[in-house]
Amino acid sequence: MARNPVTWLGSPAFPKAAREALQDTQLRQNLRRATGTIRGRREAAVAEMTDWEMLRVAGEQIKDDVLARLDTLLVELEESVTARGGVVHWARDAEEANRIVLDLCRAEQADEVVKVKSMATAEIGLNEALEAGGVHAIETDLAELIVQLGEDRPSHILVPAIHRNRSEIREIFQRRMGVEVSDEPADLAEAARVYLREKFLTTKVAISGANFAVADTGSIVVLESEGNGRMCLTLPETLITVMGIEKLVPTWQDLEVFLQLLPRSSTAERMNPYTSVWTGVTPGDGPQRFHLVLIDNGRTATLTDSVGRQALRCIRCSACLNVCPVYERTGGKSYGSVYPGPIGAILTPQLVGDLHDPQAASLPFASSLCGACFEVCPVRIDIPSVLTHLRAEVVEAKGRTPESVAMAAAAWMFREASRYEKAQKAGALARFLARDGKITSLPWPGSRWTSSRDVPAPPAESFRAWWRKNRCQE
Amino acid sequence: MPRVINTAAREEILQRIRDAKVPPARPVVRGYNRTGPGGVELFAERVADYRAIVRVVSDVPGALASLEGKRIVAPQGVPEEWLIDGVTWLREPLTIDELDQADGVLTGCAVAIADTGTIVLDGSEGQGRRALTLLPDYHLCVVREEQIAASVPEALQRLESTRPLTFISGPSATSDIELSRVEGVHGPRTLEVLIVS
Repeated sequence: MARNPVTWLGSPAFPKAAREALQDTQLRQNLRRATGTIRGRREAAVAEMTDWEMLRVAGEQIKDDVLARLDTLLVELEESVTARGGVVHWARDAEEANRIVLDLCRAEQADEVVKVKSMATAEIGLNEALEAGGVHAIETDLAELIVQLGEDRPSHILVPAIHRNRSEIREIFQRRMGVEVSDEPADLAEAARVYLREKFLTTKVAISGANFAVADTGSIVVLESEGNGRMCLTLPETLITVMGIEKLVPTWQDLEVFLQLLPRSSTAERMNPYTSVWTGVTPGDGPQRFHLVLIDNGRTATLTDSVGRQALRCIRCSACLNVCPVYERTGGKSYGSVYPGPIGAILTPQLVGDLHDPQAASLPFASSLCGACFEVCPVRIDIPSVLTHLRAEVVEAKGRTPESVAMAAAAWMFREASRYEKAQKAGALARFLARDGKITSLPWPGSRWTSSRDVPAPPAESFRAWWRKNRCQE
Repeated sequence: MPRVINTAAREEILQRIRDAKVPPARPVVRGYNRTGPGGVELFAERVADYRAIVRVVSDVPGALASLEGKRIVAPQGVPEEWLIDGVTWLREPLTIDELDQADGVLTGCAVAIADTGTIVLDGSEGQGRRALTLLPDYHLCVVREEQIAASVPEALQRLESTRPLTFISGPSATSDIELSRVEGVHGPRTLEVLIVS
């Protein structure tokens, strides 16, 4: 079977990549600034919603319902899209999806296509596959354009060029567009407008992803900010939309939940500037040929894991990246995948589906399990639980070792708050082994761990116990 | 062309889903707010937050003086009385280049949302096909008071999902450079909303 391009060929395992990234002080500065800004704004955008928790619960439940009825809902979507003049294609893996899209481009005799930012097409490595087949894909989202012109890799789900600051972007634009431009964001945006305008007006084929697809009406939904999406979805003659099979919602009404959850979680706005909804083909308005490519690429395998499948609820908002202390320090590229950060750490290894792939298998360990990702997730994906579950699986796959026993125990313990507290109490006993607040050698099997690092002595009292004593009202 | 192709992939994916045996989900609890305070004032305030221009007026023709001397696109179905003298009105059929060179576009809307400061176009009378409100650099949109829904759920209920819909919240913008918001990228750089109250 061909390797899944969701991870980048040749990427080192996370610990090595992270160690290298930590040397880059410019990167850390850029990231701290950007994620700090968005964290504050997201909090404000969420705080004005008195019903935020109820929206999160509804989002979680709608997506769980989608996963439970995925086969019938996909068939329903297929029927409604074809009834409105669209053509539906199915792809088991990246290679199959890329071939379908390339064949469609060739049938239109297109050697150039415009693209709306899409995680699904990044996941399957579509641009590279099209290029190899003689079709040049032009990214039109500003951040994607920065990555493409800089011959770089994306480092964030929403803002793939988050690792670049304004002066670096200016340098890329001057070099690749051959224009003089200042480093003011408004001037840089204007340069992109001028650069892409003619492409929008003349290109015959566009490729997009989808934020949501409504099964009962066949409507496809794309949220965006710049208007590049509207250009691609409106002006070309042919539109090809590539989406993961899990991006469904059952009914039009369900969108009322996600159109509130997604903008506030991702760009911290009450609503993003533009949301486009189209259903098949509308005579006289927009592309007259519409193709929908549904991709599996590891999703059905993920669906079989009763703990891990909740990762398929993800609506790609990237709030979990913005609050993650590990992401903020290592940056997105250390994860070696188009899906970085906490969601990437649970989604990528499941899509790859190979516990012996050293890079993908290192990702569930790229977390301090602080839980901030779960708190902000608009569809309540319990990322820490999935992380510990996947850690146990990775270790299990290596065979029975002291580490595997410990990981399985940790996963079991984290699933239940009361067990976790009991374990913490037991852990406090280990204080007797410490000198100067550090444990330098544990008895076997812990000796395997302390042979290469020190363990801080556990505090006499856990935070939970302290909280109950001092702050808890009950 | 057949309308569903590669049947083998289709059957295999559907079978894999069935084999995963995902248990039925709990029923969805919709405990969130279905409505909100709404109203002209809240809508105007929220539109202005996106740095769009907002004016509350009692009649449309009297509020269009700023268009004089300009070349403005008017979709089929805009009320005759909006087409005031002194403006070069561009009417369909229009080419992409003609749209690109227009100074602006004047439309109505299908629904507006007070809570989020959003206007929604559905391509019906007075709104035109989607390209009309995309290529000109200035969009003047008329919203009648009774078109303002309080909340997102109320607005979706009023819309017909199978029409081509465009939800517009302020002028085009990007946050892609250091996550700081800049208004004006590919879509109209100026959005003006006239609320008729």
